[in-house]
Amino acid sequence: MASPTTANFGMTADRPSQSLKRRGGWIEAWVEGAIQAVAMLSIGAILLILFFVGKEALPVLTSAEVHREVTLGSMLAPIHQGGETSYVWQPVSELPKYNILPLVAGSLKVTIVALLFAVPLSVAAAVYVSEYAGARAREIIKPAIELLAGVPSVVVGFFALIVLASWVQSAFGTEHRLNALVAGIGLAFAICPIVFSVSEDALRAVPGSYREAALAMGSTRAQAVLRVALPAAAPGIAASVVLGFGRAVGETMIVVIASGNAALLDASLDRSTRTITATIAQELGEVVVGSPHYNVLFALGVMLFVATFVLNFAGEQIVYRMRRKLGTAV
Amino acid sequence: MTQAVLPARKLVGTVHYGDRALAWLSAFAVVVILAMLAVIVVDVARGGAQAISWSFISEAPREGMTAGGIFPAIFGTVATTLLMTIVAVPAGVATAVYLSEYASARSRVARLIQVCVSNLAGVPSIVFGLFGLGFFISAVGRTIDRALYHGESVYGRGCLLWSSLTLSILTLPVVVVATEEAILAVPRELREGSYALGATRLQTIVRVVLPEALGGILTGTILAVSRGAGEVAPILFTGVAYYLPYLPTHLNDQFMNLGYHVYVLATQSPDVERTKPLLYGTALVLLCLTFLLNAVAISIRSRARKRSRA
Repeated sequence: MASPTTANFGMTADRPSQSLKRRGGWIEAWVEGAIQAVAMLSIGAILLILFFVGKEALPVLTSAEVHREVTLGSMLAPIHQGGETSYVWQPVSELPKYNILPLVAGSLKVTIVALLFAVPLSVAAAVYVSEYAGARAREIIKPAIELLAGVPSVVVGFFALIVLASWVQSAFGTEHRLNALVAGIGLAFAICPIVFSVSEDALRAVPGSYREAALAMGSTRAQAVLRVALPAAAPGIAASVVLGFGRAVGETMIVVIASGNAALLDASLDRSTRTITATIAQELGEVVVGSPHYNVLFALGVMLFVATFVLNFAGEQIVYRMRRKLGTAV
Repeated sequence: MTQAVLPARKLVGTVHYGDRALAWLSAFAVVVILAMLAVIVVDVARGGAQAISWSFISEAPREGMTAGGIFPAIFGTVATTLLMTIVAVPAGVATAVYLSEYASARSRVARLIQVCVSNLAGVPSIVFGLFGLGFFISAVGRTIDRALYHGESVYGRGCLLWSSLTLSILTLPVVVVATEEAILAVPRELREGSYALGATRLQTIVRVVLPEALGGILTGTILAVSRGAGEVAPILFTGVAYYLPYLPTHLNDQFMNLGYHVYVLATQSPDVERTKPLLYGTALVLLCLTFLLNAVAISIRSRARKRSRA
């Protein structure tokens, strides 16, 4: 789009008044420079985030004073105490323990629960909207799902706390009212829209001729969808899962309200759990600035940033390549 | 983009049960997702309806947050999102203008900006909170304090300004994406007509392209406001307060916030049953605010899209 207009731009050189043109040119150049500078802001923001979150996390790697309390090794290695080995996150105690495995496990648990609920639902919904729904139904369904994305996560968390937790407890008879299952289902509410919209985009990027060819060869609509359209859109659907994973891992308010927040390392879904994001949200407000605990919380932030950055980048690349292959690159 | 359009139903000869099954199953999934939305909305609306009254909207909390209203939280939310908009919208529009009008499609810089914008959209909101604390408060705020206030803590702590700036970076991608879409939909002929009349590139952008793309810019702005109004994690450490006896009047004042109010009432209230009506009322106000904004944005956008297709 941009290049043809750039070519036309040369035409403006022959303007009648030289003096007018020069003045316009000077101001114009200045404004264009400003636009360009502001456009760099997003690059700057990414770099600043990495630098300043990283800066507060760095003492975990470099400071001898912090190392008396915690090192990168002790964040991962089990704690030996009286012949027992355990993985404990207990930063506020006489002997602070900073093992992050319970938190990583907690984040993975709720994320996987969320994906198990959200992915089948959202992909199926995407199939309906792109393959079956008429234009009018689509015009109602898509904005409605977008509205679900617009529900603030703190409201979803509140709903999970008050309503969902009771439903889950009466359905499964869980011991802890707030647990990984409740938080995971709550998270599913938040990631359904993104998984849906990326999957639906992927299905719509599959050229209609693919389906027509399948139908012309005598396949049913279902066969055309399941054996032609879905496989062609598979990378995009994989991307939707990757992006949903990234969103779920980084989501904070739902899990901090609905997960119960006990840092236990186990695979159970019916017990209280604590995620990386919830740990930062709950502990940073009460920590002494510059203390080892403070640095460790920023280190968790760096982990999150890097993990979601990689996931997002991977997701985008998959979509980009798929579109190029299908010849529907934007 | 090629539209995936199946031939009309009657053209397809073979219809099997499996065929119907897939249609029904996938339709069922849509129903379940819409039910998720409905169940939240209905529950919050039903629980909140009793709590909402004029005094709830217009008064401050009383008796340790177990009575009174939420006016300071509404005020704080509106103030932060307004400040956020003042920064995010011009910056987002400028970025979109650069990407669609100045940079060539193959430009490495443009591609890098695009990658950064989409990754910025994926950065967890709690990381923005850490960033706000590490950059705006610890680095920028403390520097201002040392330079202008002899080290007295004026800007080196959480406040309205830092929360709003943190939120503006979070919502920047929303504005960029919506504006870019709208600018790309402006027909080339309009630009060419403008150039043919002797307009410069900037004149064309300001007087032809941007007015045409106004719907998209508005959509992006409203979506950003809605997003900013609902986010809690980024402001947790950058200036939000649990309770304040006064309204924020300066950029370096702390503030109350609707989402944070919900969070605190939901998790730290000593007497949940007593605060439940307030909790529901606050959640309803927040939900109404974000929903209304979203609905308006979506309808503006769909109208703009229809017009550009016509």
